[in-house]
Amino acid sequence: MYDLIIIGAGPAGITAAVYAARKKMKSLVVSKDIGGQAAWSGEIENYTGYQFITGPELAAKFEEHLRKYDIELKENEGVVGLKKEGDIITVTTDKGSYEARSAIIASGKRTRELNVPGEKEFKNLGLTYCATCDAPLFPGRDVAVIGGGNSALDATLQLMKIAKHIYLINITSCLGGDAIMRQKVEASEMVTVLNNSRVSAVSGAKMVNGIKVKREGQEESLAVGGVFVEIGLIPNSEFAKDIEKNQEGEIKVNNRNETNIPGIFASGDVTDVPEKQIIIAAGEGSKAALSAFRYLSEHRF
Amino acid sequence: MPINVKIYSTPACPWCMRLKQFLKENNIIYQDLDVSTNQPASEEMIQKSGQMGVPVSDIDGNIIVGFDKEKIKAALGL
Repeated sequence: MYDLIIIGAGPAGITAAVYAARKKMKSLVVSKDIGGQAAWSGEIENYTGYQFITGPELAAKFEEHLRKYDIELKENEGVVGLKKEGDIITVTTDKGSYEARSAIIASGKRTRELNVPGEKEFKNLGLTYCATCDAPLFPGRDVAVIGGGNSALDATLQLMKIAKHIYLINITSCLGGDAIMRQKVEASEMVTVLNNSRVSAVSGAKMVNGIKVKREGQEESLAVGGVFVEIGLIPNSEFAKDIEKNQEGEIKVNNRNETNIPGIFASGDVTDVPEKQIIIAAGEGSKAALSAFRYLSEHRF
Repeated sequence: MPINVKIYSTPACPWCMRLKQFLKENNIIYQDLDVSTNQPASEEMIQKSGQMGVPVSDIDGNIIVGFDKEKIKAALGL
């Protein structure tokens, strides 16, 4: 029996674990990976104390800090269930099951998928979710970027240096994101913006060779040799069935990081906290750990 | 026996950085091939792994796609 189980090891989960260790709570961290979204961020220039650091470097610093303490860590383990019976919270993973008096959900967000035919088949065969990683593999090709926010604009700007022509497929009536990036994209002759458009299928043979786009009731085919999916993120909250969430699936928390179930707390990007930032996630993680500590003290566990 | 480790990567890819960080921490000597500038290496990577995502590791002929720590550890005998 643990005092606390922390689900996730991104900035929120790791900070919660450090605070819990310093309060001498017997804790377990269960996570698929270490660093979370921070580990796949590019350049970070707004984490206080670091004027410039890359995501992987900051994630390595977090991990080093975590491992300084005697904290039990189960890596490569995905949580599939969370329930509370009496005073006991049970966390079920794809490898086992653990019990605790309290829990913190800090499982973050993951890339949103298109959910169209061909997407799974052509993943990494011309379809990618990481423009920063894979864009250089598409020199001189016609490609499509799916999305209309900052990440789609960022991918388009990167591809403008590499690809031949870029179709930007945007589901709404006009592009979102920051004006500076939007203007650069709209001014480029290399980019065709298709608004009010939805991708309905990804096609190919061995590799991607096209997409189908639905626009004002019409479906047309576009020949492209690369598809970059940049349609945002969704919270990893499906396993928390009894926990109250908002419309987007984010876990509702109050300013003490309490959920609707006493003893279960949540922090970071998986919650409805306004603004998703590494430093906010870290701060929220510390708050959640202190709230869990207070909960255990008050219940004399 | 020395192990032959080749990494196919791109410069800004966070998982590539994590992978190289991990190899350095474990004192593994590797050859880093930047597929954004090295076209033959890029074709070699696609041919070996049958896909276009980076990073790809070639550990003594063992092809691993992505920063899959468990598989990489196993291939390196760590």
